[in-house]
Amino acid sequence: MKYMMDTLFENLTRFLALLVLVVLVAVFVVLYNNAEPAIEKYGLSFVTNEKWAPNMNIFGGFPAILGSVLSTLIAMLLATPIAIGIAIFLSEIAPAKLKTSFGVSIELLAAIPSVIYGMWGLFYFAPVVREIFGGNGIGLLTGGFILAVMIFPFIAAITRDSMNTTPDILKESAYALGATKWDVIKDVVIPYAKAGVIGSVILALGRAIGETMAVTFVIGNVHQIPSLITDATTSIPVTLANEFNEAESKLHYASLFYLALLLFAISFIVIAFAKFYFLRKVRKAK
Amino acid sequence: MLRKSLVSLLAASTLMMAADKLNGAGATFPAPLYYDWAYTYEKTTGTKVNYQSIGSGGGIKQVKSRIVDFGASDEPLQSDVLKKDKLMQFPAAIGSIVVVYNIPGIKDNEIKLKNEIVGDIFLGKITKWNDPKIKADNPNVNLPDKEITVVHRSDGSGTTFNFTYYLSEVNKEWKEKVGTGKAVDWPVGLGGKGNEGVTNYVKQTPFSIGYVEQAYKRQNNLSGATVTTASGKWVEATEDNAKASAKYAKWSKDGDFYQILALQPGDNSYPIVAGTFILLPEEKADMNKDVVKFFDNSFKNGDKSAIELGYIPLPEETKNLIRSYWKDKGIY
Repeated sequence: MKYMMDTLFENLTRFLALLVLVVLVAVFVVLYNNAEPAIEKYGLSFVTNEKWAPNMNIFGGFPAILGSVLSTLIAMLLATPIAIGIAIFLSEIAPAKLKTSFGVSIELLAAIPSVIYGMWGLFYFAPVVREIFGGNGIGLLTGGFILAVMIFPFIAAITRDSMNTTPDILKESAYALGATKWDVIKDVVIPYAKAGVIGSVILALGRAIGETMAVTFVIGNVHQIPSLITDATTSIPVTLANEFNEAESKLHYASLFYLALLLFAISFIVIAFAKFYFLRKVRKAK
Repeated sequence: MLRKSLVSLLAASTLMMAADKLNGAGATFPAPLYYDWAYTYEKTTGTKVNYQSIGSGGGIKQVKSRIVDFGASDEPLQSDVLKKDKLMQFPAAIGSIVVVYNIPGIKDNEIKLKNEIVGDIFLGKITKWNDPKIKADNPNVNLPDKEITVVHRSDGSGTTFNFTYYLSEVNKEWKEKVGTGKAVDWPVGLGGKGNEGVTNYVKQTPFSIGYVEQAYKRQNNLSGATVTTASGKWVEATEDNAKASAKYAKWSKDGDFYQILALQPGDNSYPIVAGTFILLPEEKADMNKDVVKFFDNSFKNGDKSAIELGYIPLPEETKNLIRSYWKDKGIY
């Protein structure tokens, strides 16, 4: 009897795990099928074509792809150091009392729905960016800022947790050998927590590259290549949100699916690369 | 795909309940008006009209695939397209599109822009508010030495269709470079989602210019520019001037009321007016009767709220023409 339960349970979990692959393939198939007219017409030149004019039935994905990559890059560059700083403070430096109150606020920030960040960004952040950086306050930089604000709590919370797992005995041994706090953080805590830090950055990257609502509010929603960092542009998810409902011509519809397929591919490649390259390195080092 | 089938499942289940609920979707341009009409209709008859303001393109798509009971579009469809998809079409109201600006210290209707100049601004050829071309028509206005931020729609939109139609007619370069459409390749500016999005961007961005439906301009106290009639006379976006323009519309049953209303003749005709249309699936006779009842009732009792919201009600003879169109189709 017990034996049968075991096999049953094994098969059940195997089936559940397979579901992941099924969903992945199903998503890909639907995106590919719907994108086919655009793939046939443009091929890979879609990626480098700059003009997007639905009324003339001309579609090029370069501005949206570039906007996605740049806004995510800005967000990661800003958020990662801030988040790691917060995490170090919370796990190593802050007194116990502060730890909980700061910790809870970080988790609260991470839980705020993105549309709220978008509204806050448009009404509060855009004027600030306009004052400091010029331009009209709505554009790539504001989009990147908002994304950074959205993902840093995320990175900070996970990084803090993984830093907290550093065994005390390691830290105490380092102190006993005469290491300063800085030495301990640099040479014991960070190397120990590396996998967690990189993991959280990868997850945040995934969130940033697909973020839609918050960015739609502040990026400017135009298919143009920004010549300044404050210029308006668009990103792939923003384009989909703006135009999907209204896409009437077959090619427009297919081009939006093509963009979605590219986003799928980009996030897949970025995450796969990050996982295999960085995490393997970390594991090897251990 | 899944979402689509879910929606149609939902729509199918509401269909069975028939007359106590009507589902419509489409243009954002007349949405405030339809909400108002629906509210009154539910209060007086108990029938709920659920209107989703998802944009004209979405409305056309949803009624084509029979997801909703009626679709709404600001871009009228030609008879042959209607025939192909087995649809009927009639206008429900007329609205005007206002060129709005946000220049601190300058009030509503203080700035005059010739139609062609509006085109040059949206083309990005005129980039500053104190450009000599703008100054020439506004000698007494203290125009700032600031960059103009153009705001347009980022989604496909009937408002954009009518606005770009107007720009194509008044500005040659616009016609050649950009053209008319629900979504175009804008030479400059920022894109806001929906009339609401453009309104927000204009309000949030000093020295910006955009275009929105009259109702959105009023509700948000935006400043609108004085533009020119087809013959070049100055004209403000008032109710009377839009009405003057609507008078010239030549509606006809033959073309299923296909009509673009921009740039009508007449000395007081505001140039950027547009009809907003309802699309019905031909084969659903019973449901169409219910939908028609709603619009007939609103034609009778809804003029006042239309005017309050900034729309122009259809003239009485047009309404009667629509009623006879319904009769011809056997749904009235």
